[in-house]
Amino acid sequence: MLRRLSRDRALLTGLVIVTLLVLAAIFAAPLSNFPGHVTGFDPSQRLRPPGETYWLGTDRMGADIYSRLLFGARLTILISVSATAVAVLIGVPMGLVAGYYDRWFSDLMMRVSDVFLAVPQIVLAIAIAQTLGPAIQNVILALSATYWPFWTRVVYAETRSLRNEVFIEAAIAMGASPLRVMVLHVLPSIASSIIVRTTIGMGATILAAASLGFLGLGAPPPTPEWGRMIAESREFLPQAWWYATAPGLAILLVVMGFNLLGDGLRDTLDPRIRRGS
Amino acid sequence: MRLLALALRRCLWMPPTLLGLTLIVFSVSHIIPADPARVLAGENAPYEQVEALRRKFGLDKPLPEQFVHYVSDVVHGNMGISLYTQRPVADDLVERLPATVELALFAIVLAVLLGLPLGVVSALRRNSLLDHVVRVITIAGLAMAAFWLAMLLQLLFSMHLNLTPVQGRINGWGPDPITGFYTLDALIRGDGETFFTALRYLTLPMLTLAIPAMATIVRFTRAGVLNVMRSQFVFYQAAMGLPRRVVIWKYILRAALIGTLTQIGLVFGNLLAGAVVVETVFSWPGLGTYAYNSILQSDYNAIMGFTLFTGSVFIGMNLLVDIAQAVLDPRGR
Amino acid sequence: MTTFLEVRDLSVAFATENGMARVLDAVSFGMRAGEIMGLVGESGCGKTTLARAVLGVLPETAVIGGGRILFEGADLLATDTQALRGRVITFIPQDPFGSFSPLFTVGDQMRELMRWKSPDRARDERGYAAGRRRSDTSRILAALRDVQLPDPERLLRKFPHELSGGQRQRVMIAMALLPEPRLVIADEPTTALDVTIQAQILKLLRRLASDRGASVLFTTHDLGTAWEICDRVTVMYAGQEAETADVVDFFARPRHPYTGMLLASLPTQGAALRGIPGDVPSPFAPPPGCRFHPRCPRAAEVCAQAQIASAEPAPGHHVRCHHPHLWPAT
Repeated sequence: MLRRLSRDRALLTGLVIVTLLVLAAIFAAPLSNFPGHVTGFDPSQRLRPPGETYWLGTDRMGADIYSRLLFGARLTILISVSATAVAVLIGVPMGLVAGYYDRWFSDLMMRVSDVFLAVPQIVLAIAIAQTLGPAIQNVILALSATYWPFWTRVVYAETRSLRNEVFIEAAIAMGASPLRVMVLHVLPSIASSIIVRTTIGMGATILAAASLGFLGLGAPPPTPEWGRMIAESREFLPQAWWYATAPGLAILLVVMGFNLLGDGLRDTLDPRIRRGS
Repeated sequence: MRLLALALRRCLWMPPTLLGLTLIVFSVSHIIPADPARVLAGENAPYEQVEALRRKFGLDKPLPEQFVHYVSDVVHGNMGISLYTQRPVADDLVERLPATVELALFAIVLAVLLGLPLGVVSALRRNSLLDHVVRVITIAGLAMAAFWLAMLLQLLFSMHLNLTPVQGRINGWGPDPITGFYTLDALIRGDGETFFTALRYLTLPMLTLAIPAMATIVRFTRAGVLNVMRSQFVFYQAAMGLPRRVVIWKYILRAALIGTLTQIGLVFGNLLAGAVVVETVFSWPGLGTYAYNSILQSDYNAIMGFTLFTGSVFIGMNLLVDIAQAVLDPRGR
Repeated sequence: MTTFLEVRDLSVAFATENGMARVLDAVSFGMRAGEIMGLVGESGCGKTTLARAVLGVLPETAVIGGGRILFEGADLLATDTQALRGRVITFIPQDPFGSFSPLFTVGDQMRELMRWKSPDRARDERGYAAGRRRSDTSRILAALRDVQLPDPERLLRKFPHELSGGQRQRVMIAMALLPEPRLVIADEPTTALDVTIQAQILKLLRRLASDRGASVLFTTHDLGTAWEICDRVTVMYAGQEAETADVVDFFARPRHPYTGMLLASLPTQGAALRGIPGDVPSPFAPPPGCRFHPRCPRAAEVCAQAQIASAEPAPGHHVRCHHPHLWPAT
């Protein structure tokens, strides 16, 4: 595993980026130059270009963009981890039950997830977020309510194909309860698919959360949400180029990190589709 | 025959799916804390006026009844009156549809024209410099926030190079509508100047939508070609000494493109969804901007109309893709 | 006179994640024109790699460490075999299902082969003239009748998935013989098939090949199959040939201990099934000296030290062993 890791540059890059994101979030306060600038500001220093004092420049309020980015990392992690966690908690059990049993409710559950997949995720998320009002917990709710069917799909398909495996049939024959079979036998076998799906899902969630923030449906100001920071920068666009650049790059990097990590994990964990040579 | 059965079965699933979709959107839009009648009448309107509006739009009825009414109306092609524009939602959607379709079509055509060859070539020249460059672009294209990409393009092409307009669809009025596509209408009317103007307005939103779409297509094409290259029949054909170009251009490509086709359907759906954000940034007067405005206005008839409409397009696309795949892959017949 | 096919000291390794796997280590064997040669061994012994090396279609990760493959006097390793493949040397794959493209009809794929590999095709011929198209089609129909497939016209319009495994393998045999090759390489052609069909396919292949004077190099892990179809047999062990003999000699008078133990392990009536004690050595770290000595009852000190050259204790009977006397007499 370690040897693969060192050779698979994509996986390694992804891992490094994600680790950096987590570190930035944990040590946001000591790392930042102006920890007070998350909520406070300094109007005399409005729209300064990047320099020695303000590494990535300042925003329309005169707050240090670098410091706000660091605290924004916390928000990004908070939103994507909780939204993904809720989506996993809804999606995985649904997929397990629907895949394990072959009854009318299996079809019903899959049809319900199909309906959710039939409408563009971001559209539904916008509608829900707008309905509930701009707040972090509403963003989380909107994203998890729209993204869970992806896990249901994956888990359903994998569970279905496992259903006829000898070790599952053996467990059933030995009198294990359905719950026990699902949790102790099926779930561990499909864990790698869930992990891969979740890693890539993190990237998608971050992008969607940023879009909501950009449309003004995310956390209210002055929260240092990356998408909102980009939205704020629009009216200063030709002059204050650094204003939009920094948070945009941050999103790009982090989403890329999760995508690379997910792809790398898939190649490593799933020998069926491992690349030749 | 089996093909027809497949199509029929899929079509039969459409009404329940659409009904489920309506239910979801209806539930979401009716827990809106804001009172739509109040929004419509205005902050300071007298109580009686608000109540009159409420009755007029049936907002005083119990929710299940409202839902049943809504569904029966939709079945008859009536999506209700937009609370904001005061026009039938169906008319609003039809009016804005050409702008979005024109944008989406241009974007998907560009994405396919660039993505397919790039995907094929980078698979055939695996680990070459070109392959690495394409992969980096692909990875970045999939990780970029669409609105940020839109702004970067505006910054570069509109503000610094002055090549393209910052936003909008045309200056002044568009050409007299025939199809509603400005570029096509201008061409039909032989108005070259309008055509190029429309094209200049189209460029940036099209690029913004096309880049992530292209990235997805490149990715799937590349993986598909590599996958087919490893298959047994390609080995057999090599072992029997068939010319490599025949194996690649006839047998490998055909097999790989069937897989990509599925993706193009999905990509087109995502593109429509992406239009909500991208159209907003470019003030493109299409469905996306309409949806965004109606959400901000708590215009729930319009939200439901849009969502239902996009959902139907999504489902329709999936149906088409399934059928196309069955037609192209003899095993599905 | 030169030997029809001669493989001399051929070594092939594969680059893998765990280092170089030495799959073939100085393999030598010869084949006479018109005979059916069985390449027998357990899975992983290198027989498929050997067959592919002769065809010239080793995977990209393969490294040829040395040796020569002489076909009618010409070294195949020194030339591009693309023109030869499918024309002079043809191939019957193990998996008749995956070896067809699922997207084209059987007829399309047979015609594609003939377009490039028909015996009527002149070298570097461009295009596909109507006259040749017609003669190729009648050749194809005749070939399908030869492999006893009814209603060939209809069959040509079918897709591979509409055929049974046996039918597909018959088509594969027809395709292998259509270009009128001098050598057919058949890589476990019956392994993927139903047992009841295996014998029919084998008989068919044997009859058609000898009718047309084509030689067949036939790999199998099944000694029974080898007995039924082959004129001569080479048994391989851990990347080397152990023994080559006429089929009767091979089964009745084996000289290599591995052959002897392999034959003894065959289930015969009333006898208990005996396996061979020990494991097949790893291709990453093969034992020094004779590959078989850790499992060999005859092993002496010399076996662990010196690589052995092939001996020919009886005419046409080659054994790679320091003690090449008859088995089981020790």
